[in-house]
Amino acid sequence: MANSAILTAGLRVRRGGREVVRDVGFEVPRGVITGLLGPSGCGKTTLMRAIVGVQIVEGGTVTVLGHDAGSPQLRRRIGYATQNPAIYADLTITEALRYFAAVLRAPMSDVDRVIAEVGLTDHAGKLVGSLSGGQHNRANLAVALLGKPELLVLDEPTVGLDPVLRDDLWALFRRLADAGATLLVSSHVMDEAARCDRILLMREGVLLADETPGELRARTGATDLEQAFLRLVRAVL
Amino acid sequence: MNPALTLATARRILTQLRHDRRTVVMLILVPSLLMVLLRFVFNNELMFSRTAPALLGVFPFLIMFLITSITTLRERTTGTLERLMTMPIGRLDLLFGYALAFGSIAVVQVGLAAGISLAWLGLDIVGSVGMLLLIAVLDALLGMALGLFVSAFARTEFQAVQFMPLFVLPQILLCGLFMPRGQMGWLLNWLSNVMPLSYAVEGLTRVTTSSTIDATLLRNLLIVAVCALLALMLGAATLRRRTP
Repeated sequence: MANSAILTAGLRVRRGGREVVRDVGFEVPRGVITGLLGPSGCGKTTLMRAIVGVQIVEGGTVTVLGHDAGSPQLRRRIGYATQNPAIYADLTITEALRYFAAVLRAPMSDVDRVIAEVGLTDHAGKLVGSLSGGQHNRANLAVALLGKPELLVLDEPTVGLDPVLRDDLWALFRRLADAGATLLVSSHVMDEAARCDRILLMREGVLLADETPGELRARTGATDLEQAFLRLVRAVL
Repeated sequence: MNPALTLATARRILTQLRHDRRTVVMLILVPSLLMVLLRFVFNNELMFSRTAPALLGVFPFLIMFLITSITTLRERTTGTLERLMTMPIGRLDLLFGYALAFGSIAVVQVGLAAGISLAWLGLDIVGSVGMLLLIAVLDALLGMALGLFVSAFARTEFQAVQFMPLFVLPQILLCGLFMPRGQMGWLLNWLSNVMPLSYAVEGLTRVTTSSTIDATLLRNLLIVAVCALLALMLGAATLRRRTP
């Protein structure tokens, strides 16, 4: 479908002699928040890397915003935040963001905007290396927001944040989706799934579910998503 | 290729360094201090004048190799390289950004060391000072490009640091500084012929003793420049958009 933000079919990825993504196919519609959930090591990060086009894949197709993943045309249209902050520790937040903004040809006014969006305005002049874990994470997220990308691929953006900050970030994600952006957000915490419009559930490289939280609850007869996940996993075994 | 991105990258690298004052001070002062040390080790202006020009090339070569291999390794291991590879920046924009940033540091480094040597340490050269500086800066760029290239083969900073004795020290031993290259056995002579530093040192020595810019000098300059460019291109080949 031309209207989908991400379309994968028969995706296989092999890392270190092991198949970590096994025949995964799904579609992510535009303008919604899709949660990519599953335990640590289930292949979430590898799948995200394949979508942003930095992962060597074994087979299958990944189409992003109508182009093959990794196409040069996509490089300004996708915002990607890795799980481990990938931002220069020996620069201030503003300096680091200015550099990435220059690379993305984003307007320099974007720098202050994204710093405010992740709530780091008071720390903008601090060295990234001196930030706390949660601040470091948010600075990393800010880079992905530069240039208002159409698709945001965020790998565990809320890990290690306190409940208030987590809530703030989810409110931000919702605002971005309302403004038309597509978000793919990974998490290993099931209670975050309830905040997504759709969920992709992975386990050991296999996609177990691709539906709305409501559908998942109805299908498994579980009231909370943690239970739903457990029932799905046990049904497969 | 986009000059704006090359400039932005160079500015970013220099800003990173600016936050690390101690490194900046060492980068700029260490070669000069070593020249002063060398002067007093020889305790003789004539002997100093014979060796100093070669070392004006060797010190920046060594230092640039070391700091570039660590800086690029850091860029790889902290994930910033992967992030950049998802963005609209060419590999050469990034590499030339490095070359510009470290090249400008090399100009300051070499300029100061040469200035001190000429003004106070009794270094006396027959050829042009400009040519001496040019070769020394090219040498620094060569060290930078080699450092960039070999950092692709290091997984940890421990490994990267050890590439220095592995890739740099043999070049220093064989470049004609310790023993004229013509007097080496055929194997060592051949090795010395394929090592770019030999040509840089030969060029620097020639500038010391002769004011003519002849074909051999130009050939040496060209070899060093081409090797630096080649190492930079090989370095570009090690930057991959997609990784396993």
